[in-house]
Amino acid sequence: MTEIVRVDGVTKRYGAVRAVDDVSLSLEEHRVYGLLGRNGAGKTTLMSLLTGQDFASEGRIEVFGATPVEHAGVLQQLCFIRESQRYPDDFKPKHVFRSAPWFFPNWDAAFAERLVGEFRLPLNRPIKKLSRGQLSAVGVIVGLASRAPLTFFDEPYLGLDAAARQLFYDRLLADIAERPRTIVLSTHLIDEVSDLLEHVLVIDQGRLVVDSDAEALRGSAANVVGPREAVEAFVAGREVLHRDGVGGLASVTVARLAPQEREAAKAAGLELGPVSLQQLVVRITGQDAEAGR
Amino acid sequence: MDEDRPIFQQVAEQIENDIISGALPEDTQVPSTNEFAAFLRINPATAGKGVNLLVDSGILYKKRGIGMFVSPGARERLVAARRERFRAQYVAPLLAEAAKLGIPAEQVATMIRTEDAR
Repeated sequence: MTEIVRVDGVTKRYGAVRAVDDVSLSLEEHRVYGLLGRNGAGKTTLMSLLTGQDFASEGRIEVFGATPVEHAGVLQQLCFIRESQRYPDDFKPKHVFRSAPWFFPNWDAAFAERLVGEFRLPLNRPIKKLSRGQLSAVGVIVGLASRAPLTFFDEPYLGLDAAARQLFYDRLLADIAERPRTIVLSTHLIDEVSDLLEHVLVIDQGRLVVDSDAEALRGSAANVVGPREAVEAFVAGREVLHRDGVGGLASVTVARLAPQEREAAKAAGLELGPVSLQQLVVRITGQDAEAGR
Repeated sequence: MDEDRPIFQQVAEQIENDIISGALPEDTQVPSTNEFAAFLRINPATAGKGVNLLVDSGILYKKRGIGMFVSPGARERLVAARRERFRAQYVAPLLAEAAKLGIPAEQVATMIRTEDAR
């Protein structure tokens, strides 16, 4: 695997706030990354740094082997679809798609046209008058048809209905299968995208708290359910993410359980339940996690 | 897709199930990795990992430039392996649940024979 992004000890301060706090990570070519975390966790700031739209206060960023800020050769390989992209006044979708080839050397106009039809986007309506979902469709189409080697989608689908989101996932999957490239998808709809992700990055209060292969995460955590005493005895000494219970029954989420440990839990009469990626992220970044820190 | 097992394993198992059921006879072509990814709505790399698992174990074979095919004898091998797993997957939990309810193994055996005779 070829590394295309290298982030070393990067911090971004706004006054006293550390929006991104000592983050180090690397992104490999042709993979689909999920960048997950709560509102204000620092996801958008991190993506702005990676796409050269902002300077890091500390640390070093390399994208395709160079610092992205004002480096044309790097920037033309990137596409960053923001949640609230601004367009010039009086712009219509057709103007956006007409100007896209100036920024994206791999722009596929025929693909964009097909997507416009599929998303039922009115090309001649002023962008100011588009619905929230139609505005999101403009961004999604640019992100797909630009075919940039490294594409960031930051909450790309506010206002898109379920059918349009499914269309986005289907077209994204089909297109990256044919033309492999690196995708970073930032979203709160974790359940919807969890099967698309190969690697998961979770950021919380500016810090990178999970950097893991999606398959390794899947199935690592478990809910242990059973009589309170037996559950507590079993989870003692483990990394507990969440506790729940009613009467003499307890349900405890633990971060990691090896296969032998699963057998041991079952032998002890405990029930094991799966933890979805979304539940896991909620557990890691929620109130409980804060209280436990 | 289940939450608690790797997706690539589940992809491999689905293909195995189709081979066992006869939906994918020997020497027929299996769908491409990209077709699996689109159909199951999963990452193409993950689908590829599942397919490769079966190539590595000889259940599928590659024809260069054409695609993946079901190996001769694949069904027989899969059925044998699944029979091995049957005890651990079904019989052991059945007896564990029976023990929990105070049903002796002999009575479980009687229940099975009665059920089978229905």
